[in-house]
Amino acid sequence: MGDVLAARSQMAVSLGFHILFAVVGIAMPVLMIIAEARWRRTGDAMYLELAKRWAKGTAILFAVGAVSGTVISFELGLLWPGFMRFAGAIIGMPFSLEGFAFFAEAIFLGVYLYGWQRISPRAHIVAGALVAVSGAASALFVVIANAWMNTPTGFRLQNGAPVDVDPIAAMLTPAAFHEILHMLLAAYAATGFAVAGIHGFMLLRDHRNAFHRRALVVALMVGVPAAIVQPISGDISARYVAQRQPPKLAAMEGQFRTESGAPLRLGGIPDVVAQRTRWAIEIPNGLSLLAFHDPHAVVRGLDAVPRRDWPPVPVVHVAFQIMVGLGTYLALLGVWVAIEASRRRDLAANRWLMRAVAIASPMGFLCIEAGWTVTEVGRQPWVIFGVMRTADAVTPMPGLIVPFLVISALYCFLGVVVAWLLYDLVMRSPIMREGDGTMAPVAA
Amino acid sequence: MATAIAFVALVALNAYVLLGGADFGGGVWDFFATGPRRAEQRALIAEAIGPIWEANHVWLILVVVLLFTCFPPVFSGLAIALHIPLTLMLIGIVLRGSAFAFRSYGSAEDGPQRRWGRVFAIASLLTPVLLGVCIGAIASGRVGVILEQVYRGGGGESFVSLYVSPWLSPFTIAVGALALSLFAFLAATYLTVEADDAELREDFRRRALAAAIAVFVTAFLALLLARSHAPRVSAGLIASAWAPLLHVLTAVSAILAIAALWTRKWRVARVAAAAQATLILWGWAAAQAPYLIPPTLTIGNTAAPRRTLALFLIALALGAVVLFPSIAYLFRLFKSARMHEPGANRTK
Repeated sequence: MGDVLAARSQMAVSLGFHILFAVVGIAMPVLMIIAEARWRRTGDAMYLELAKRWAKGTAILFAVGAVSGTVISFELGLLWPGFMRFAGAIIGMPFSLEGFAFFAEAIFLGVYLYGWQRISPRAHIVAGALVAVSGAASALFVVIANAWMNTPTGFRLQNGAPVDVDPIAAMLTPAAFHEILHMLLAAYAATGFAVAGIHGFMLLRDHRNAFHRRALVVALMVGVPAAIVQPISGDISARYVAQRQPPKLAAMEGQFRTESGAPLRLGGIPDVVAQRTRWAIEIPNGLSLLAFHDPHAVVRGLDAVPRRDWPPVPVVHVAFQIMVGLGTYLALLGVWVAIEASRRRDLAANRWLMRAVAIASPMGFLCIEAGWTVTEVGRQPWVIFGVMRTADAVTPMPGLIVPFLVISALYCFLGVVVAWLLYDLVMRSPIMREGDGTMAPVAA
Repeated sequence: MATAIAFVALVALNAYVLLGGADFGGGVWDFFATGPRRAEQRALIAEAIGPIWEANHVWLILVVVLLFTCFPPVFSGLAIALHIPLTLMLIGIVLRGSAFAFRSYGSAEDGPQRRWGRVFAIASLLTPVLLGVCIGAIASGRVGVILEQVYRGGGGESFVSLYVSPWLSPFTIAVGALALSLFAFLAATYLTVEADDAELREDFRRRALAAAIAVFVTAFLALLLARSHAPRVSAGLIASAWAPLLHVLTAVSAILAIAALWTRKWRVARVAAAAQATLILWGWAAAQAPYLIPPTLTIGNTAAPRRTLALFLIALALGAVVLFPSIAYLFRLFKSARMHEPGANRTK
């Protein structure tokens, strides 16, 4: 394995690991404050129990997210000093703002987790809400930095160095809006369905468990709307990519040749040697229609750029298919849940629905991993699209396979531990029946 | 303006040492928990750092983003030359934080509690040493020299001479040991204030006094080795106009801290210990200024364009308006007069 590939792999492992925890940090506070607010309003102590148990899981995940995020902030330099040297002054701003947002998140998470007995009920909910808001703000700033790597703005190149640096213009980079929207919706959809899936699984074993019934409803309240809206945001993103990064769109779609009325390919494996995508289901004019809202629009294929500027096409295409496929499942499932709920049917007693929800549990996170693969691998061979090649940004230190293997082993170990701890937490869930908890603490 | 921002970086690093450093120090005392009150010592440490360690940790992130936004060549240079110790430090940071969370929120059974406690303690012990080693390597000036060679791309240099020996020397290890003893000293001194049990307080008083001696020894050793290993910083610390004042102030705060511990004036000891740590850090910074990585990279020749610096200062001011009251609130909530019954907030 060469040094550039090792560095890229280490970055991929670090980001892929961190994103899981970062997403939970964005969305879980929303679930917790909904549960807590319901407890305050109804006096139903099971909601309090729920908020506290979710808080326990969130505390573990947030801690791992905080430290794995620290790793990334260092790795930007450890692996890509050339990138940081070039881009630090241009795009350091959103990272700095992210630092402040993360500060607020950490402070109020401490208040929230340890403050149950120390502050007023209202202050406690406000602290939870501040965690949720600053979590979303952190995501916003980090995604801005990533968007800039896709559509770099706010500087001029002079002899290979950036001049006329304008950090504000850099932050207003065109890709920012759609990437942020897509990421935040993904965070709520993935977390909502992951949690709903876990409680749905428990309800398949015992559908009268009142604790899991409440948990299911709160989780779906967050996951369902986000999953239903997400395809619209995906459409906005794809159209931007079609305009701004044609090679990425071509790789996503397995579109080798430039053509008008390009078909939409479902599935299939791109064959880079033969320059065609095999075994895909092709919907005539579908891609032109989706990407440009015109069935006869010209879609630029990979042949529009030199071979050395191609991203790894099969990886990008397959990741994109996974994201779209699973995302579509979640959106349709969301519609099903919404219909059942609007008819006031008992969701937990519907075994088919609960099965569908239970298997959806990992899907949102798989979507996020696949989606980041599309956006990051799809940007290759550039670290800053059209400006700096990834290979030119890498650290001069040789032997990068060693830190890659060390960090991977560390994260494998932590991943297994976290999974085990969460499993343990879920399996210790209380067994409660309707009416069990209503005599306990009533809201003031 | 660049100087002002470098000053902010120093203040943030200072805050990290006083707050985050003490959290690591707490882990050190978890490692060295002994005697009949071993369990109580560990419980007090966990209770003291539980609500605040994540917020304290962010000071380090602030230093990092500040460096890469406002002094990009410094950040990328440090990341190249100190790749190995920084990666090791990160592993320590990851294991410390994760193990602490696993112990606090995971299974309450004995086995996992002991295992995660062990990981937490060992990681807390090693991470400060690596932080100190990195600072020592910068102060020694060898990071800067190596960077010149790397950028020139000369070749012929062995891997070890480029990426290992600049940070692995008696001097850097002495600075690492100094960082460790300093953090342990801060933690033990803070814990005498936080303990509500007289015997527990005595435990940490003894530990604080022992750590004070360790600080003295390692600081002396680092100064001694600096003469040959870090001549620039050493010269600054000995010959500058401000040097005598610095040494007097450091000595006064050190003696005051020990005297206050001796006479059980806990709060005075806490302030004096923090002052001592601050002065040691500022002494290094003053002796090295205006260099960020001696002997070539200065505040002036690495600063980002003015517009970036100005925006950063504005963001900093806005951030401070929001964050300082929040931090004050957090600390008032968990660190003011102990209004709670012991262990009330432990989630076991």
